[in-house]
Amino acid sequence: MTPTLLRREPPETPAEASSRRLTERVFRIRETGIVVVLALFVAVTAGVQHRFLSDSNIQFVLVNTTIYALLALGETMVVISRNVDLSVGSVLGMSAYLSANLFGEHPGIPIPLVFLVGLGIGAGWGIVNGLVVAGGRVPSLVVTLASLYIIRGVDILIVGGGMVTANTLPGGFTGIPKATVAGIPDLAIAVAVVIAAGAYYLRSYRSGRELYAIGSNPEAARLAGIPIGKRVLFAFAVSGAIAGVAGVLWAAQYGTVDSTAGTSYELTVITAVVVGGVAIFGGSGSVVGAALGALLLSTINSALYVLGISDFWIQAIFGFMLLLAITIDRIISVKLTEALRLRSNHGGT
Amino acid sequence: MAPDVDLAAVPPGPGPSGLEALRARAPWAFRWEAGLALIVVIIGIIGTAASPEFLTSNNLFNLGLSNGEIAIMALPMTLIIISGEIDLSVSSTLGMASCLLGFLWARGWPMIAIFVVIALVGLAAGALNGLLVTRVGLPSLAVTIGTLTLYAGVAEILLGPNTVSNFPAAYTNLGVNAVPGTGGAITYSTLIFAVLAVIFGVVLHATPVGRSIFAMGASPEAALYAGIRVKRIKTLLFMVSGLVCSFAGVLYTFRLSTAVANNGVGLELDVVAIVLVGGISIFGGQGSIPGVVLGVLAFAGIQNALLLTNFNQEASGVVAGGLLLLSVFGRNAASYASRLRARVPALRRRTEGPAAGQAAAGSQP
Repeated sequence: MTPTLLRREPPETPAEASSRRLTERVFRIRETGIVVVLALFVAVTAGVQHRFLSDSNIQFVLVNTTIYALLALGETMVVISRNVDLSVGSVLGMSAYLSANLFGEHPGIPIPLVFLVGLGIGAGWGIVNGLVVAGGRVPSLVVTLASLYIIRGVDILIVGGGMVTANTLPGGFTGIPKATVAGIPDLAIAVAVVIAAGAYYLRSYRSGRELYAIGSNPEAARLAGIPIGKRVLFAFAVSGAIAGVAGVLWAAQYGTVDSTAGTSYELTVITAVVVGGVAIFGGSGSVVGAALGALLLSTINSALYVLGISDFWIQAIFGFMLLLAITIDRIISVKLTEALRLRSNHGGT
Repeated sequence: MAPDVDLAAVPPGPGPSGLEALRARAPWAFRWEAGLALIVVIIGIIGTAASPEFLTSNNLFNLGLSNGEIAIMALPMTLIIISGEIDLSVSSTLGMASCLLGFLWARGWPMIAIFVVIALVGLAAGALNGLLVTRVGLPSLAVTIGTLTLYAGVAEILLGPNTVSNFPAAYTNLGVNAVPGTGGAITYSTLIFAVLAVIFGVVLHATPVGRSIFAMGASPEAALYAGIRVKRIKTLLFMVSGLVCSFAGVLYTFRLSTAVANNGVGLELDVVAIVLVGGISIFGGQGSIPGVVLGVLAFAGIQNALLLTNFNQEASGVVAGGLLLLSVFGRNAASYASRLRARVPALRRRTEGPAAGQAAAGSQP
């Protein structure tokens, strides 16, 4: 998908218009596809086990989705710019511990301040990642593979053998994931709003569109005058900040935090993003798709539990889904390129 | 600059040209490997000075024990990275093999049959990586993140929460005893690493296949047009990696006498760190096996030095990650310097002669 960068465009030729329609149709198919898979999955599981559609289970799935959907939002911005952020799980872990620990160290600390601290920790690491990737011209894979373990290591040095337990956390904090409005968790509504904002930003803001341009063709983006370094730094900072906030939510949800919190979350998040139709090569995909991907993964997770299948299967299933998703995307994009070439040949002659 | 320049022909001058003369005379001194060798020697000297234990056969044995498997896995990883790809699934291939060993042993299979199955599964795991990368055309980063998850998932399915540890002593001794006749300094994993390093070194540096691997890493298109079977060779490299990593899993299991689902989790960082510390370019096309061997020594030396201090071993990821970043920055140092010169006018005037200025002016339309 080519992002539109110029305000004024030359009028489209019929061939261009039809190829644009084709591209849009195919990518819409991708998101509809997830919704269909999700619906089928829910229908089949609910048919076998009615408990699956109980209010409490739906709430459970939605709350479980929120952390992954948030992380997927930040990861999507990074992946769209043809980068990857493997450090989200470690950032989440460190933020979860440090923020939850605040309640014990400073009793009576206001909860919003704790969220700000989490956001700050995450944004700090995100900026470090972004500076090294953009300024150091080092592939983000290497940088964030290193920071995944560096951040986790620093976390282990800070935490030592300690842990925060739920009884040191105020009820107002641990109650956040439990609050509901009309049966829908507050948290799910808040996260949906954040995702809508993220989707609007990527779709309609110039700097959001520029992330797509960078991911589609970095060289062309540079020649078009897009400040690549700045945009990539911003994407990493957002991804880090979101992981920081997600860490605070993680602490609120699970209550007990030690140095292993969020371990290997990055794999699930990348799976959600890719299953949600964000191209791992960058340049295409949407935040909504990624959030749907996260919803699908946690639905599957919950379904296995409800159906009594051992959760030792879950990792293999996620890995398989990731491979399946990138393979399908690749096949679609090859077919699409062929179709576009055929069409433009038609239009030309 | 050609290496055979006569030293007398180089005009004597201050600073830079003296350095260039040295570079002309002894280009090897400017190689990454030379710097790394120096670092390894320095680590050795500091280590010996700090602790009389450092160069004892006992300590060397422990070094080999704790780094054997990752050193072995670094060899196929070297070839894969030089060819322009990456394999992040090495650690979970190791874990999958370890669980397979435990799973089949607990069911009473004979060890030889288990080895055959592990070899086949390792080859298949590598082939899946290779085929998805070369035939479907997917980036190896995405594929091997997927198989990293998938193979670790298979390990979990095989053993679940169980542990298998009743392996016969004849095998577990291979993991914890020294090779006879080496004064107790060399572990079996060290010996295997040494043999494999020679084989991989010869293949990479002295055969047409090795040249092809460098060529496809430097420019996949040019390699393809030159008639190199890029896809076939890359698939084979991934298969070799799968095979080697699954036998690293066997060694790992025998060393710990335990097969458990989370065996090997996180080792991919150490493997990638060693390879990049060894001077392999992450962009492919550059590097050498001797460099990686030095990388293993540097990595093991630093880990060992930390072991002798009070550093929390669980946090060793800080060190491996830091080494990884440092080595990538180190490789980029030259390009940073030139970018800095381009940014800072004072530096540019000093380094650019009038000829360079004219060339730049002439290139402007």
